[in-house]
Amino acid sequence: MALSTMNTGPAVTAAGPVPTPDRPSAPARRRRQRSGGLLLIWVFVLPALLVYTTFVLVPVALAAVYSFFNWNGLGPLDRFIGVDNYARALQDPIFLGAMGHNFAIVALSLAVQGPLAIAIALLLNRRMRGRALIRTLIFVPYVLSEVVAGLAFRLMLPPGGPVDTFLTSLGWTGEKPLWLADPEVAFWTLFAVITWKYLGFAIILMLAGLQGVPEELSEAAAIDGASWWQTQRYITLPLLGPTIRIWAFLSMIGSLQLFDMVFILTGGGPLNATETMATYMVEYGNGRSQIGYGSAVAVILFVVSLVIALAYQRFVLRRDLRGAITRG
Amino acid sequence: MATAIAPVRSTRPGASPKRPRSSAPSGPTGGRWGTPVAYIIALVMCGITVAPVIYVILGGFRTTAQINSDPSGLPDPWVLEKYGAVFADPNFWTQFGNSTIVAVATTLGVVLLGVMAAFVIARYEFVGRGLLFSLFTAGLLFPLTVAVLPLFTMLRSFGLLGNLLAVIGPQIAFALPTTIIILVPFLRAIPAELEDAALIDGAGRFTFFWRVLLPLSWPGLVTVGVLAFVASWNAYLLPLLLLGNPATATLPVGVQYFSTAYSQDTAGVLAFTSIAMLPALLFFTLAQRRIVGGLTGAVKG
Repeated sequence: MALSTMNTGPAVTAAGPVPTPDRPSAPARRRRQRSGGLLLIWVFVLPALLVYTTFVLVPVALAAVYSFFNWNGLGPLDRFIGVDNYARALQDPIFLGAMGHNFAIVALSLAVQGPLAIAIALLLNRRMRGRALIRTLIFVPYVLSEVVAGLAFRLMLPPGGPVDTFLTSLGWTGEKPLWLADPEVAFWTLFAVITWKYLGFAIILMLAGLQGVPEELSEAAAIDGASWWQTQRYITLPLLGPTIRIWAFLSMIGSLQLFDMVFILTGGGPLNATETMATYMVEYGNGRSQIGYGSAVAVILFVVSLVIALAYQRFVLRRDLRGAITRG
Repeated sequence: MATAIAPVRSTRPGASPKRPRSSAPSGPTGGRWGTPVAYIIALVMCGITVAPVIYVILGGFRTTAQINSDPSGLPDPWVLEKYGAVFADPNFWTQFGNSTIVAVATTLGVVLLGVMAAFVIARYEFVGRGLLFSLFTAGLLFPLTVAVLPLFTMLRSFGLLGNLLAVIGPQIAFALPTTIIILVPFLRAIPAELEDAALIDGAGRFTFFWRVLLPLSWPGLVTVGVLAFVASWNAYLLPLLLLGNPATATLPVGVQYFSTAYSQDTAGVLAFTSIAMLPALLFFTLAQRRIVGGLTGAVKG
């Protein structure tokens, strides 16, 4: 049919040549359709698979290879040193500190951002004036690039800057901490800025999840005499479970891979107080051209993420099997 | 990720109209005290989220002397020359153009490749389908940070450093997992009867894909497209390492470079920063409903 030969043009040219001749008889058409099915699968999957392999799978594999060499990125890859790079990283207090910061951010994000986002989402999950505007504004920090956000905060946080002035106007007249320059304080400043940046995403995710919770259930509970709090606790929250678990997963992975914001805001300083695994890796791998060593750090970062992700999946599976939804 | 969008949406209209208000004075959509609290919380939240943005935008209308004498004041008088200087800066336009090219190419690439792969994964039985899907979803665990050093050496050996293609290719690849994960349930939800009908009417599978499936999955495509565009527009690490020189870089790298090169010119930095953030902000605001809708689909199940 003319329809099938002509209108497939754009898709076909983008994906590769596909023969679509006239179709003579019914049996022959049937046969070609089946083989055409297999061809179709390859034509459709191959471009994505090719790009994905070239730019994701191969580099990740290469990182694993490089990590066993002492290599500056130039010249032949011939100084095999076994696991020395790994040993060096795991003995470097700066790297261990960086890993500790990542873990602290994972834990703090789950403990602070999660409950905060759920609470705010529950409060906002009602018909109210300006709801669309509120949601848009809450989502703004997530849409800004880390560079822009980091820069804005760097300009707002110096001693005597806008943040300090604002705090003074709220009644805090005393000496303000050096938000970004004091090693004792900088990590907490970083966490506050991260929370500012990513809380909106968590809230929107929770609100999206709440849309899937049928209102009839809450109404039924209310008729049965449940208080607002009881309804949220025993009906809405369990039904929000899948959303919370997906958010927690994204949050953990994101916290482990944190780079841009730290790099812009503090560069890992002062005195490595805000270093993360990723900033450490870029500093050594790119800044000091120790590609082999940087790759070992990257592999450690990957393995840590993988272990946590797999452990989490097991935990999630177990919870889902126990029936988080039917409880209450 | 198995459940589709449609059922989620369909619960809403039916739930809205009448409810037994009399028997449920403190129902889930607001008790007597609930509403003011909700407004106050919303107000505080919005204030916190928007304040830095407003600070940056207003700061661009001030002079550095104004900023230094009163860090949190309003522009007095308003000056336009800092914004004017940014628009007169050829580097800005190069970086703006690069950001646009990279973001558009990444978006088109990831949507096209993603929907094609998601189409067969969602709708056809074949050997290795599960493996293929797992392979793509495993991409969520391969952070860009792990791949960035090898990408650097690899693309250098291709002679592509400083070329926009060096950023576009990896960005498409790293956006594929999310795209496919969001699109597969979307495409699966389109009834098989439609495909049967199209085939009986003599359309080939390509025709079905092009003429029936793509139009029907438009909302999903917009969602992944907007996510890819915003992510690309904001990307920093990849352009930083692969493009290097600010003259050939994208806006985030340019902004960072500008802020170190002209660190004394606070107002100029603020003006540059606020112009750099506006496109993503506008683009997102326009497409915001789609994003939330798409997330609803991806989150369920």
